[in-house]
Amino acid sequence: MHVLSVRNTKEILRDPLNLGFGLGFPIGLLLLMSAIQANIPMSLFTMERLAPGMALFGLSFVTLFSATLVSKDRATAFLARLFTSPLTAWDFLLSYTLPLLPMCVLQSAVTYCAALILGLTPSVNTLAALAALLPADVFFIALGLLCGSVFNDKQVGGLCGALLTNAAALLSGAWFDLELVGGWFGKAAGLLPFRHAVDAGRAALGGDWGAMGPHLLWVSAWAAVTLCAALYAFRQKMRAA
Amino acid sequence: MNAIETRALTKVYGGKSAVDQLDLTVAAGELFALLGVNGAGKSTAIRMLSCLTPPTSGDALLLGDSILTAPERVKRHMAVSPQETAVAPNLTAWENLTLMAGVYGLPDGRSRAEKMAKDLGLEPVLKKKAKLLSGGWQRRLSIAMALITEPEILFLDEPTLGLDVLARREMWGVIESLKGRTTTILTTHYLEEAEALADRVGILAEGRLRAVGTPAELKALAGTGNFEAAFIALAAGKGAA
Repeated sequence: MHVLSVRNTKEILRDPLNLGFGLGFPIGLLLLMSAIQANIPMSLFTMERLAPGMALFGLSFVTLFSATLVSKDRATAFLARLFTSPLTAWDFLLSYTLPLLPMCVLQSAVTYCAALILGLTPSVNTLAALAALLPADVFFIALGLLCGSVFNDKQVGGLCGALLTNAAALLSGAWFDLELVGGWFGKAAGLLPFRHAVDAGRAALGGDWGAMGPHLLWVSAWAAVTLCAALYAFRQKMRAA
Repeated sequence: MNAIETRALTKVYGGKSAVDQLDLTVAAGELFALLGVNGAGKSTAIRMLSCLTPPTSGDALLLGDSILTAPERVKRHMAVSPQETAVAPNLTAWENLTLMAGVYGLPDGRSRAEKMAKDLGLEPVLKKKAKLLSGGWQRRLSIAMALITEPEILFLDEPTLGLDVLARREMWGVIESLKGRTTTILTTHYLEEAEALADRVGILAEGRLRAVGTPAELKALAGTGNFEAAFIALAAGKGAA
């Protein structure tokens, strides 16, 4: 299992596009928003509100990486080769998910470091905000495994590369107040995990520990359900490789 | 001793038999070619024998172990080189070899990788990423990845598909070197390949095994001195298995 984890890590890190998108996009957006904030009279894009949103937005690229890796491994029959080896379904699941967890944490840490440079007040709460993203990390990784198991690499590009990144950006309230929109959009945002993950991060940054709990619970439930669905889909693919 | 014995092995997809009542024995060390046009059932047969797809009915024994009741033991005996090149694209050729050794938990993975590189002439490309190799080198690497576990049974699914004439002849040399020490099932739709390499040939058409024998026996069975004419006649059902 360990050797396959190492391989999956190398496959992702050796693709310069992954690094460019995963780190470049959230930091680029932070820079853009802080530049806008510097030129408007009201407090629209404060780092305390923006940083948790950008950290979550960056995670949507992890879904794209993992889904692309799994779907390409299916398309090239690399997975079929491995399915004829003595590895079990759990070996596969862990080797495709575990390497991505430290990548998620690292990516979020880089985003928060950039936010600190751009004006976020340094405190121990920043670490708490980073920790509050862990259920979201698992959700995005599991979603990648699920999409990679179900869709081909072209479909993955459209779904995870376009649809999910936009959903994560718009339905999380990363850069606008969802209460202002309301209606079905606000209700959908309330049901999905993106907004709750961002709100948990914002509560952590503000030291409002009590407010974190319900949000973390909601995201954790989404992560658990998505992980189960991913495991089911992957096992189905193993049986009919 | 028989390395492979199939008993009425059948696979049905959507009411249509991809492989129909396949009864076949392959002796240990034999190079057996499964010959047929596209859709004849060659790849499906390989997928069932390598435990990638469960049969609809029937069974197969590989070195005495059933694909139905002892797939984990079967997987220890055999390796597959799929029709697609099935390599890890961002890993070097060397890393691909050691990866497979690691997946099977082989303690002497490095020395085996060195031996494979030498035996299959991969030394000039060991440090190159797999995705940068030509089709011929990728095929060679794919076979080396299957052979590194020193399987008793090897499935080669269309190993020369898409190769130019020089690369194909080189691959023939590699496959021929396996004769006598590894039981090899080769699927191909190149008639000259089967005639030149195989100890025995099985002709599949519409999922059914139409004839089995040495190339000379098949020509005699069809009453022709030409292997292509024999294949066409036997695939059309003008002969007995």
